[in-house]
Amino acid sequence: MTVVVRTVARIIAPMILAFGGYVIMHGHLTPGGGFQGGAVAASALALLAISFGFGRWKGIKAPLSFLEDLGALAFVALGFLGIGYTFFRNVLAASGGLFGAPVPPGPNPGLLETGGTLPLMNWAVGLKVIAGLGSVVLLLGLFGGEDDR
Amino acid sequence: MTLWGVLQVITLVLIVAGAALAVWLRDLLAAVIALAAASLLLSLEFYLLQAPDVAIAEAGIGAALTTAIYVLAIRKTRRKEEE
Repeated sequence: MTVVVRTVARIIAPMILAFGGYVIMHGHLTPGGGFQGGAVAASALALLAISFGFGRWKGIKAPLSFLEDLGALAFVALGFLGIGYTFFRNVLAASGGLFGAPVPPGPNPGLLETGGTLPLMNWAVGLKVIAGLGSVVLLLGLFGGEDDR
Repeated sequence: MTLWGVLQVITLVLIVAGAALAVWLRDLLAAVIALAAASLLLSLEFYLLQAPDVAIAEAGIGAALTTAIYVLAIRKTRRKEEE
């Protein structure tokens, strides 16, 4: 692509990636979640791939496939973490550990540390969506017919 | 009519205009851009209807990724639609 497209992509792609990470990270507090944030981040990957060409992305198919499997397995494993009580029981909530801060009584603006397993599940879904949608765009660009122009 | 209603009517008319333009244009790249504009306005309409969750998904999938996939497909085939 032209130098204008490349410069704009270089400036704006980190912002899109950061917004996608924000939407995934705050999935249990604000609108959005793993799927929405993953779609936003994957659109940043598509922007980079289209503006800078697909030549340097040839070896990334296997890592993306691995990341997609990892996201799905992590989601199911987090669901089985609470199997002693019920499937998908939030065992990390209010446990004092990772994302396990107790929720203070009364109204609050939404505290990031109180989600339990929900932020981890959002990250698993987000990883799977980034890898899946990114590999769709990359494979469509890498294979198929030659460029017409 | 309130400002909210006026904004909604303008957005819906522009969505229909963008979709009609996407059908009418013979240059496929221009048609894809018209479709992306209609999709972005649709995500604005979802936001006006107080569904920000759907709006983020529509902006990510409909406006960005679908456009990227169409642009890649056009790059590998012909740009002009034939009669």
